[in-house]
Amino acid sequence: MPLFSFVIRRLLQMIPTVIFILIVTFILVRLLPGDPASAMLGDRARDADVERINRQLGLDQPVVVQFFYFVRRVVTGDLGNSIGLKVSVSSLILQRLPVTLMLTGMSALIALVLAVPLAFIAASKRERLPDSIIRGAFQMGLSMPVFYVGIVLLTVFAAQLKLFPVGGYGDTLGDRLYHLFLPALTLALSFAAVLMRNLRASIIEVMNAEYVDFATAKGLRSRVILFRHILRNALISTVTLFGLQIGTLLGGAVITETVFAVPGAGRLLIDSIYGRDYPVLQGLTIALAVLVSLTFLITDIVQAWLDPRIAR
Amino acid sequence: MAMSANMGPNGNTDGNENAGLVVRGLTTTFDTPRGQAIAAADVDFDVAPGEIVGLVGESGSGKSVTLRSIMGLIRKPGRTTGHVDWRGRDLVAMSSEELRRIRGSEIAMIFQEPMTALNPVLPVGLQIEENLIAHTTLTTRQRRSRALELMNIVGIPAADRRLDEYPHQFSGGMRQRVMIAIALACSPKLLLADEPTTALDVTIQDQILKLLLDLRDRMAMSVVLVTHDLGVVAATCDRMAVMYAGRIVETGAVAEVFARPRHSYTRGLLGSVPRSGTSRTMLQSIEGTPPSLTNLPTGCAFHPRCSFATDICLKERPVLEAVTSPTRTVACFHHERVAEAEAIL
Amino acid sequence: MSADWAAARSAFRLKALPRSLVSGGVILGLSLVLALWPSLLAPYDPTAFDYSALLAPPSWAHPFGTDNFGRDVLSRVIHAYTIDMQIAIFATIGPFIFGTIVGAFVGYAGGLWEAIFGRIVDATITFPFLVLVIAIVSVLGPGLGNMYVAVGVVGWVFYARLVAAEIKVQKRLDYADAGRVMGYTPLRIIFRHLLPNAITPAIVYWVTDMALAILLGSSLGYLGLGAQPPAAEWGVQIADGKNFMNTAWWISVFPGVAIVLTGLGFSLAGDGVAELLRVRR
Ligand SMILES: Nc1ncnc2c1ncn2[C@@H]1O[C@H](COP(=O)(O)OP(=O)(O)OP(=O)(O)O)[C@@H](O)[C@H]1O
Ligand code: SF4
Ligand SMILES: [Mg+2]
Repeated sequence: MPLFSFVIRRLLQMIPTVIFILIVTFILVRLLPGDPASAMLGDRARDADVERINRQLGLDQPVVVQFFYFVRRVVTGDLGNSIGLKVSVSSLILQRLPVTLMLTGMSALIALVLAVPLAFIAASKRERLPDSIIRGAFQMGLSMPVFYVGIVLLTVFAAQLKLFPVGGYGDTLGDRLYHLFLPALTLALSFAAVLMRNLRASIIEVMNAEYVDFATAKGLRSRVILFRHILRNALISTVTLFGLQIGTLLGGAVITETVFAVPGAGRLLIDSIYGRDYPVLQGLTIALAVLVSLTFLITDIVQAWLDPRIAR
Repeated sequence: MAMSANMGPNGNTDGNENAGLVVRGLTTTFDTPRGQAIAAADVDFDVAPGEIVGLVGESGSGKSVTLRSIMGLIRKPGRTTGHVDWRGRDLVAMSSEELRRIRGSEIAMIFQEPMTALNPVLPVGLQIEENLIAHTTLTTRQRRSRALELMNIVGIPAADRRLDEYPHQFSGGMRQRVMIAIALACSPKLLLADEPTTALDVTIQDQILKLLLDLRDRMAMSVVLVTHDLGVVAATCDRMAVMYAGRIVETGAVAEVFARPRHSYTRGLLGSVPRSGTSRTMLQSIEGTPPSLTNLPTGCAFHPRCSFATDICLKERPVLEAVTSPTRTVACFHHERVAEAEAIL
Repeated sequence: MSADWAAARSAFRLKALPRSLVSGGVILGLSLVLALWPSLLAPYDPTAFDYSALLAPPSWAHPFGTDNFGRDVLSRVIHAYTIDMQIAIFATIGPFIFGTIVGAFVGYAGGLWEAIFGRIVDATITFPFLVLVIAIVSVLGPGLGNMYVAVGVVGWVFYARLVAAEIKVQKRLDYADAGRVMGYTPLRIIFRHLLPNAITPAIVYWVTDMALAILLGSSLGYLGLGAQPPAAEWGVQIADGKNFMNTAWWISVFPGVAIVLTGLGFSLAGDGVAELLRVRR
């Protein structure tokens, strides 16, 4: 069971990371000018509320004790209440985060569908015209800001051609997929560029590996050589990249959701900033960071599963 | 219908089961930053059914490139020309699908480097079985038992468990045995073995060589055996070919070449081999350095290192010619003198 | 004559320069000229309102059209070079220098320091970069200055990681031992001997990081957290024009083209520098 003990070890490694995440978000709110309670409650706060919050946060205690209170609250799922929306932050996050997950999931899928075949074509036509075109395309993709792509796609495909809705989110699954397609495509383009650059390099490396020659010498069908021997090995480093890029993808989702008015966690984040809704900002930062470290965990497991050398 | 009238079951009629391997003018070139390198130049040699031919030469002389060229494994910037006739059909001119059917089934190859030739992320059992999937109609269970059988044949203990392990869990010697097992999976008619026993200890080496001899006897398997070990050549091979700078410079029956080398390079390689006994004796190193393939000496490429060289050796390149018998060939202007010199020693 | 030319060419090794570096360099050179002397090429004052030409489509008088205040889009795009190129440099130079120094010490010291640093890296990459920067900016208040602070707080880690890894490799080589035997101080060994060889990956990353900085800077500008209107900044301009996309596409589209072009310049140059330094080594 090497994979099992690997997962356990990896889970234990997450503990210091989560502690660090909590320290950073704790400090973040301390950076606010004035006392945290009035900052968190906004300008129109009543004195009684300020006092209540101060007591709740244990602000009369030393900082270390305050941090301890903070951790205890977060661990029990209490992220405070939203100032603007008057509901608990955790329920807000639970409501909005799935939308963002669906959006990033879709765009990751689109990115893969675009990147894998194109990277393969570029690698096998290396230094020739198709390679140059594809490399040019991904250089472009890397230089395009998400919000710009979003506005252009929105105008052309939703507003002008009316092929897609101009924004929002649906009620049924099919409706949601339809609403999220353009945002997901927007997000996918730059992600696909990053994946493609990495995949092209690793496919080239793997194609030249001795074991691919040996597989050819065994008389395997080219499909088998491509999928089992080349792509599988080339994808291993891409899985790591995939994990490392999830943060960028979530950052892009913040912007995409703003452009397309998708009611997800990213949109909530921007709203919380405009509305100076610091409990929501803090809670979301924690939630997104935890989400990223969970993704690291998952990609590490997938990688260990793809590459038996990792989980010894 | 009219078209298929003169076609055999394999799509051709001129396929000759008894012809074995006939290599003619096989040439492989690579473009390097320092110019064109001819890694295999005009290589001619034959391997009859059931024959074991030893291929020897210094490091870099083109042995591996020759085997890869026969298999059609030279990658794009490199080019292979010439003819490789296998049972009367030319592998170089063949369509890739036809070639695929032959690779791994009729002709198999053992790669020189056991550490890199196995795919690191696939279990060893699968790497054996995928050969069977590609070329046989065996069921899953039959493939598994064939894989087990092969693991036992090449002497891998606890085969049942080890089939599910990955290459990194095997030692170098074990990986070499796995590679041999993969090559033998479909009972090939021709085995191209590139130093198949270098990573193995003497006992296992003898075991593997016995296995090859046995397969030759039972199934008329032909073998091209690349090795640095003259003891192996003496004990296993029927004939041998000697390569220098991408060219074959001498061929002949092992006993004849050992007794009376006719090329001064072969003479150097053999050195002072004890002519009897089966001790392991490695190729001797020869004074001077092997030439650079991008900057070959004029005339006979061996002349800077040859003690028999005369003016003509600097100007003209000797061609590989039959001397005492049709299968005894040598590419040296002064092969008579070389042979005499050996006799005097 | 032509022989002289050939000799001169090879003397400057022009031919040896990677193509991507040349094309990226040309784009960036032009961008720098526009950034330093925008008024030379901009036909109008970028902030001057012209109520007689509101939302005018591209024409000879206004090649990129005008926006909803009648401001000349071309002039605004050109003037934005000053801010956006500044973002590319200011948002990255701090992390580059600080990260390199920290990375050098961590790589040289190893042991506990390296372990602590490793945890910091692990934790930093778990925060979505943009989210953390947005959060910091919103706490400190919007504006370019606070954006540089926010990017600096996070960005140095990536440089430090690259340099530390490379210093570790260099440390094992003979000449570092020779330095220790000669009794040089660690500072001298690090900065005179190890760092010059170890800094290559950080330099390559720096060039591509400038492309990322422009994307980040314009994204924050778009969200209203970076450069503040009425300043001409591409992200701000795109945000200004987004409500007019159906009627006056030129307000947003041209600044976007400028972003893509400049980003392309940096990423091509980054590829070129990577290739060049790889060959030279
Ligand atoms: N893909 C390639 N590109 C350029 N040159 C190559 C390539 N493959 C082989 N060569 C060159 O061809 C020559 C012959 O190599 P080869 O591997 O056949 O030697 P060898 O006889 O098998 O040597 P060894 O005993 O060390 O295995 C070498 O000089 C090698 O550098
Ligand atoms: S041809 Fe001349 S140089 Fe070449 S091996 Fe014979 S004698 Fe020596
Ligand atoms: Mg070899």
